[in-house]
Amino acid sequence: MSDWKKIAPLEDIPRLGSRVVEIEDGSIAVFRTSDDQVFAVRDACPHKNGPLSQGIVAGHTVTCPLHNWKIDLESGEALGPDEGCTNTFAAKVEDGMVYIQLS
Amino acid sequence: MKERLVLVGNGMAGVRTLEELLKLAPEEYEITVFGAEPYPNYNRIMLSPVLAGEKTIDEIILNDRQWYKANGITLYTGDPVVEIDRVNRKVIAESGLEVSYDRLLLATGSNPFIIPVPGSDLPGVIGFRDIADVDAMIEAAKTGNKAVVIGGGLLGLEAANGLQINGMDVTVVHLMDILMERQLDRMAAGLLKKSLEEKGLKFLMETQTAEVLGEDHVTGLRFADGSEIEADLVVMAVGIRPNMELAQKAGLYCERGVVVNDTMQTYDPRIYAVGECVQHRGETYGLVAPLFEQAKVAANHLARMGIARYEGSVTSTKLKVTGIDLFSAGEFNEEEGDETLVLQDPARNVYKKLVVKDNRIKGAVMFGDTMDGTWYFQLLREGTDISGFRDTILFGQHDLGDAGHGDETRVAALSDDAEICGCNGVTKGDIVNAIQTKGLFTLDDVRAHTKASASCGSCTGLVEAILSSTVGEGYEEKPSKKPVCGCTEHSHDEVIRAIAEHELKDMRAVFNFLEWKTPDGCATCRPALNYYLLARWPEEYRDDPQSRFINERAHGNIQKDGTYSVVPRMFGGLCTPSDLRAIADVCEKYHVPEMKVTGGQRIDLFGVKKEDLPLMWKDLSDAGFVSGHAYGKAMRTVKTCAGKKWCRFGTQDSTGLGVKLEELTWGSWMPHKFKLAVSGCPRNCAEATIKDFGVVCVDSGYELHIGGNGGIKVRVTDLLCKVETEEDVLEYCGAFTQMYREEAHYLERTAPWVERVGLAYIKERILDNEEERKALYERFKIGQKVAQVDPWKARAEGEAAHEFVPLKISA
Ligand SMILES: Cc1cc2nc3c(=O)[nH]c(=O)nc-3n(C[C@H](O)[C@H](O)[C@H](O)COP(=O)(O)OP(=O)(O)OC[C@H]3O[C@@H](n4cnc5c(N)ncnc54)[C@H](O)[C@@H]3O)c2cc1C
Ligand code: HEM
Ligand code: SF4
Ligand code: SF4
Ligand code: FES
Repeated sequence: MSDWKKIAPLEDIPRLGSRVVEIEDGSIAVFRTSDDQVFAVRDACPHKNGPLSQGIVAGHTVTCPLHNWKIDLESGEALGPDEGCTNTFAAKVEDGMVYIQLS
Repeated sequence: MKERLVLVGNGMAGVRTLEELLKLAPEEYEITVFGAEPYPNYNRIMLSPVLAGEKTIDEIILNDRQWYKANGITLYTGDPVVEIDRVNRKVIAESGLEVSYDRLLLATGSNPFIIPVPGSDLPGVIGFRDIADVDAMIEAAKTGNKAVVIGGGLLGLEAANGLQINGMDVTVVHLMDILMERQLDRMAAGLLKKSLEEKGLKFLMETQTAEVLGEDHVTGLRFADGSEIEADLVVMAVGIRPNMELAQKAGLYCERGVVVNDTMQTYDPRIYAVGECVQHRGETYGLVAPLFEQAKVAANHLARMGIARYEGSVTSTKLKVTGIDLFSAGEFNEEEGDETLVLQDPARNVYKKLVVKDNRIKGAVMFGDTMDGTWYFQLLREGTDISGFRDTILFGQHDLGDAGHGDETRVAALSDDAEICGCNGVTKGDIVNAIQTKGLFTLDDVRAHTKASASCGSCTGLVEAILSSTVGEGYEEKPSKKPVCGCTEHSHDEVIRAIAEHELKDMRAVFNFLEWKTPDGCATCRPALNYYLLARWPEEYRDDPQSRFINERAHGNIQKDGTYSVVPRMFGGLCTPSDLRAIADVCEKYHVPEMKVTGGQRIDLFGVKKEDLPLMWKDLSDAGFVSGHAYGKAMRTVKTCAGKKWCRFGTQDSTGLGVKLEELTWGSWMPHKFKLAVSGCPRNCAEATIKDFGVVCVDSGYELHIGGNGGIKVRVTDLLCKVETEEDVLEYCGAFTQMYREEAHYLERTAPWVERVGLAYIKERILDNEEERKALYERFKIGQKVAQVDPWKARAEGEAAHEFVPLKISA
């Protein structure tokens, strides 16, 4: 399926930061890493649904603001000793525009 | 070529000497070790717990074979040395192996003394000395039923306890009329006997063994009075004899042990000796603490430093029978002219006795509650004059302090040079230092790094208490450990210094200069660096919101459901009807589900959605409020009491001063949260003495208190000084705050910081040095110029809008 949705210009997302996209059943956090790649994951930590969009981004990971779980942005999986996984969505940058693919 | 060092005796004292030597001079010698036992060095003390089934042999190995290999040491086990050829400087082992030496270290320990009565050489009669003996006892317990232990001393009782746990019916035979007469007085010995009898041990006191009965295996004992007892196993624990046979054969001068001087040298200058085989100044020792002191001295001389001297030891004793607490030290049997202090509580089964002369402790015996043993032992060895607290000394050290909070505060109250682990001579300072600099978090770590509690284990509780009081309140509040985080090798102090000295003014510069291992740092180091840069270069560094925790980025406290709480600042806790009305309006307008008065005298509005934050702030800001910073590592609130204006006890205008202090300090970012309070008189209604900076007004001025903390671990402030005017209060407050901002580690509150650097140091910089104080105050004010920009107002006006507005899907 090539159902890419246009989100926003890349510069609207701070580097090492994120924006939240609201969809029907919840929110998606769209992250921009220091190498200007974008990643989209469900904005809910696999631990206790903490808002991952509010965490600190480093490399291709984000640290959840509630209890410090570290989540891999590429796979949505918790790293280190913790176990769990959140949904990921395909995301890309084209001509300075960010797109994501729902489902 | 390296000189050759040969160690004979692969036991606790000998190997400890090697460890100390390797620390001092790792390359000095080519080392060879001979051990009669088939094991690498193990913790002999722990044989009792092994016998009792509380530990396994593997757990008590101190240096495994890998250790010897890693340190280039050649180890021969199960091969005793049988001859020392001093002329040709070589040792000859039982296997025929010959090894030459330039220096020789004897550490052959001692042998159990076997009473020379008929039959004492029968099978089934053993000592209690090594793993082989323990194996024999465990074997015997499988087949036999009755065990007799001869000797009611430390070793005998531990053996008896272990055998009983192994299911044997145990009788202890003792020559004297009290147990452990060398360590206990009559009273404590009586309590001990009662406790052990309750555990099921039987005792025959004042009984002398005359003969061991049996044909080809022991069957019983006959006593001097003619009576007999059956036995399948007899353990002789009546004493030890220094093992000096080898030395004697080699013609070294021996008396009761191998005689050494204060440098642990025998009469042959090439031969050193340490441990139980040694006689020093007429004394022999049978406990590890003095032997480890000897090891240090011997190592010092082997390493050619030549400065240490061993001058004998005072020893203390603890019995390692689980469930029985016993401690004794010094001369605990009073002589003429001595005074005794006694506390006795038969209901709790507690007995404590101190023998005192000229207000100095000479000896101590404790039973049932040994918590303060280390403290008494320290007072004893340092010859401290106890007249100041003689009345309460028996209640223990915590009775001296003001906050009674169990083990933790008790250890917190100990001075840094208080000895915690008597076996290894480790002080509280050593432990705290290791925890902080090496980043230790578990008991095992502390054992591995400091050896504290690694020998007899009696001090484990104290070490754990130190660990928890040092590591503190859980992961978030951890004090600085060595590297800031996994991204770097550098410590907080090194980073702070580098930022200042090399003028590193942004995060990239820090990463590059200090060779960070990760490209973006991580959630641990980035907030710390952001803070350090901000604190050092307030006018130049641009705050990096992406390196702040969400609370500080969104200027609200994130709650567990992902909503935020908002706390408007109310200076000094004062407010007006129109303030309250404005807050009420805002709450209604944004449907705030709950309001609450906080512990810091402010109003907390809960349950605000993130996208409503800027709108709400705009309304609050229009009504004259600024952010309360209740969410940040920042100056939080100044709590005040009613004060002179209204309260009949008030001595000064505590609310007015509170407002001034809050106006001075609001908006300031800190290593951690920072709270102030002002009380109008010593009744201290504002609880100023558990704040980071507290003011207690008195008739003649203002007492300034620092480093207090409520929270999980309460810490009462230290008195910094007394000043006379409000201007002074502001100046000292600014200077102290700035010193903390510049020197504490990120996430270190003032309480642990004050403890780490010491009150004396803070006084030196702020009290003794007016110039320094004024400079600190000046720097604080410069930082405040930048910091006192209301973040709410800025955001209400559109700053960082992306933080608050969700994106829409456009197509
Ligand atoms: C059961 C038990 C409980 C104890 N509990 C405590 C306690 O709670 N607190 C305390 O402070 N102390 C305690 N001790 C005493 C403590 O273990 C000793 O003081 C300490 O181990 C002595 O150390 P060392 O190196 O002198 O001798 P050892 O540790 O005995 O080492 C000597 C070694 O040399 C070997 N050896 C002897 N001759 C030769 C030779 N010719 N060639 C090669 N090797 C040789 C021996 O086999 C032995 O392995 C206890 C001892 C025992 C047995
Ligand atoms: C000019 C005079 C002396 C010189 C240059 C000298 C030098 C040395 C040196 C180099 C050592 C080796 C240190 C080591 O163990 O690594 C030593 C050790 C020693 N010397 Fe001397 N020494 C002198 C006089 C003496 C005297 C007069 C005595 C005793 C009366 C003495 C007693 C000892 C002892 C006991 C040691 C061993 C100490 C140890 O184990 O460290 N020395 N000396
Ligand atoms: S601290 Fe003193 S002045 Fe302040 S309210 Fe209490 S009693 Fe009154
Ligand atoms: S005391 Fe505990 S539950 Fe209450 S606010 Fe503080 S952290 Fe939360
Ligand atoms: S909800 Fe994310 S770590 Fe607990």
